[in-house]
Amino acid sequence: MKLSVNGKEIDFTGEEDRPLLWVLREDMKLTGTKFGCGVAACGACTVLVDGEPTRACITPAASLEGKKITTIEGLDGAAGKAVQQAWTELDVVQCGWCQSGQILTATALLTKTPKPSEQQITDGMTGNICRCATYHRIRGAVARAADIMEA
Amino acid sequence: MAADTFTFAPSRRLVLQVIGLGAAGFAVGCAPTIGSADAAATQSVFGPFVRIGSDNTVTVLLKHIEFGQGVSTGLTTIVAEEIDADWSQMRFDHAPAEVPTYGNGAFGGAVQGTGGSTAIWNSWDQLRRAGAGAREMLRQAAAAKFKVDPAEVLMVNGRAEAGGKSATYGDLAAEAAKLAPPDPASLTLKDASAFRFIGKEKAPDLVSGRADTPSKINGAAQYAMDYHPEGTLTALLARSPKFGGKVASVDDAAAKAIAGVTDVVTISNGVAVVATNYWSAKKGRDALKITWDDSAAEKRSSPAMMADYRKLLATPGHEARKQGAGAAALKGAGKVITADFEFPYLAHAPMEPMNCVLEYKPGESLLIHSGSQMPTVDQAVAAGILGLDPKQVTIVTHVAGGSFGRKATPDADLIAEAAQITKAINGKAPLRLMWSREDDLRTGKYRPMALHRMSGRVNNGAIEAWKDSTAIQSIMEGTAFLPPGQPDLSSIEGGYDMEYEVPNIFADVHWPKSPVSVLWWRSVGHTHTAFAKEHFFDQLAKEAGKDPLELRRTLLAKEPRLLGVLNLAAEKAGWGTPLAAGRSRGIAVHKSFNSYVAQVAEVTVKPDGSFSVDRVVCAVDCGIAINPDIVRSQMEGGIGYGLSAALGEAITIKDGAPEQSNFYDYQVLRLAQMPKVEVFIVPSAEAPTGVGEPGVPVIGPAVANALFAATGKPIHKLPMGTMV
Repeated sequence: MKLSVNGKEIDFTGEEDRPLLWVLREDMKLTGTKFGCGVAACGACTVLVDGEPTRACITPAASLEGKKITTIEGLDGAAGKAVQQAWTELDVVQCGWCQSGQILTATALLTKTPKPSEQQITDGMTGNICRCATYHRIRGAVARAADIMEA
Repeated sequence: MAADTFTFAPSRRLVLQVIGLGAAGFAVGCAPTIGSADAAATQSVFGPFVRIGSDNTVTVLLKHIEFGQGVSTGLTTIVAEEIDADWSQMRFDHAPAEVPTYGNGAFGGAVQGTGGSTAIWNSWDQLRRAGAGAREMLRQAAAAKFKVDPAEVLMVNGRAEAGGKSATYGDLAAEAAKLAPPDPASLTLKDASAFRFIGKEKAPDLVSGRADTPSKINGAAQYAMDYHPEGTLTALLARSPKFGGKVASVDDAAAKAIAGVTDVVTISNGVAVVATNYWSAKKGRDALKITWDDSAAEKRSSPAMMADYRKLLATPGHEARKQGAGAAALKGAGKVITADFEFPYLAHAPMEPMNCVLEYKPGESLLIHSGSQMPTVDQAVAAGILGLDPKQVTIVTHVAGGSFGRKATPDADLIAEAAQITKAINGKAPLRLMWSREDDLRTGKYRPMALHRMSGRVNNGAIEAWKDSTAIQSIMEGTAFLPPGQPDLSSIEGGYDMEYEVPNIFADVHWPKSPVSVLWWRSVGHTHTAFAKEHFFDQLAKEAGKDPLELRRTLLAKEPRLLGVLNLAAEKAGWGTPLAAGRSRGIAVHKSFNSYVAQVAEVTVKPDGSFSVDRVVCAVDCGIAINPDIVRSQMEGGIGYGLSAALGEAITIKDGAPEQSNFYDYQVLRLAQMPKVEVFIVPSAEAPTGVGEPGVPVIGPAVANALFAATGKPIHKLPMGTMV
């Protein structure tokens, strides 16, 4: 079968239950998608599947035929760029391990909801753990990205 | 500076790659697959810490690991300041594992390591002189090139200028590096009034203030887990469910039948399944049938262990402090209050679970790729296991996805496991050892469980006696970090040596033993001593009929820096001003790692008894704040990390085994629980001190004191949960 990752088609012939996370990291060397918990509890492995934030650590790659997978390496578009700019302006990152997942989750949120309320930001982002607790800046950066998109 | 200046062609390790986002491309070390902007540049060496490329880049070698705390920016800033660079030419890379060259001065220089919030302060003078020395060598080279007196050469923004002539540092580096380095003591360091980078908000020409931001927002940063040499095998290790258990026997037939599994090997603390990829290794490990020998294992559960601690506290412990009449002064006029405070085991749970890659050539060499806080120990332990000289062990340090103390182990646990596995397979391929999240939470090296029994006597509105007795496992005992027979007072740091001016003080400590392994966890002893001290203080203040801020001011009158942060936090928080219904304030102040932090927490208790932490005002005095925004981010993050532990985190032990296994039952703070945080930095001309840890211990008692103000009920056990 074929997988579409960041606009490129690749052949996938692995085991049926092997999660997308390991296909990205081990086979494709797209290591920006991170392993955090393996049980969809932390969000470090978040990628976009047809624009929807998806936990790559529990999603079998074999289930994604015909879907468009976007990882941090392939992030593009107005929302994605605005999020990266806001993350830079506010210097959100600390250790950085969770940030690919944070950024993709924020991108999906802003694509659907370009002017999120404080509560919508909280609801949209609270599923992604940041052990450095950069949450204060994540909140600010999502709001800032919304402003950048509007400008 | 060391005298070993020479010019060399770069190895792959020192090839710097610009990972560009805008103008300020910052290289993260060891990124062989990304970019290649200046792979052909020649690097000239100016002592151990500074490299200048023919491409006009200035690279600072970090003897400390970047794991989020910001040293890749902070240490680079110190050099940039004295060398008079342009910020856009600065790069960083991790130094190799080599002592004493890269030893931590705070650890006596014999160990290369990051911990105890020491990175900035132990590098401060060293890196200023490294930068200033390189600058003088560049000046000499420019003088020779321009045929002028060195005193006529101005060093500005990465250029040397004199008499209408100009050269970049890149132009001068090769000739400059051949010169004799100046005597470090002879160097003139900048006056603070001349600083262009230190203490400044986002330095000029910067897209980002943090050197590691660009590579961490596009997936380019290379962590140890991202290193994939050709043919790497991945191992997962099955360890004893109970602490202290050993492998009795193993049936590995089903594991070996899993596609992709190449080897199953038994090592000192478990059974490793080696496979061509993670998923196969995981399935293989799940298929192992192991019988464990629990004869030496812990078999108790947390409540029984805590009951044993309580019994210990009925007996005298190791006396850590006696002032005035000590504990005898608890007898006397007024009222005596006694309160117990219980603290659970805590896991560090860094977002990047423990992992490393070992490339072993038997009898010849070992190359370690890891994100370790303690490379010197890793080097020695691996060499011992593999029969190599430590000099044959090379370590490539990667940025790490958090650590909080976990990746600083006196026994190099991760590397010891990996070295045994690669030895067992004779180094036939690069070996990655992975810890799953379950491994991370269940393998231990926890912040130790602790019990504080606090007693105080209040008379006529004053605290006349104070006693703090603690039971807690020692972290240092039996390690190379504590001479035999010496008491491990790090167990109660910040408690026994507290600064409040009370005439009679007594502190003692017991160190119970257990196979449950323990380790320093971000702010170490202060994680519990600050809570016991500061929360108990408010109970005594209430008994004394005093405002908790006012009584702190009185008893810290001789501690200007503690008083300074206390007053700043109180002022910025509007202490004493009216609050909305249901809302209350609590204040706490604490010194740790030579930095001073005060926090005011505002909490709201709702009619159903649930509460939220809505706002935190934090004041910090860390001497000169090299990068103010990183100081703020470390306070914000420290508050989140400390609040996480105060509200929800606990590892509980049942019959010798941890009960938690992943983030669904080990509850760490999420965004919805994060308060709004305001950080204020006390202006200072004192030498800089650390900020990685000091924000952590203060938030728990600040929140507990706010709840105490609301309900009148002290909190005797952590985590406190989300209901009063």
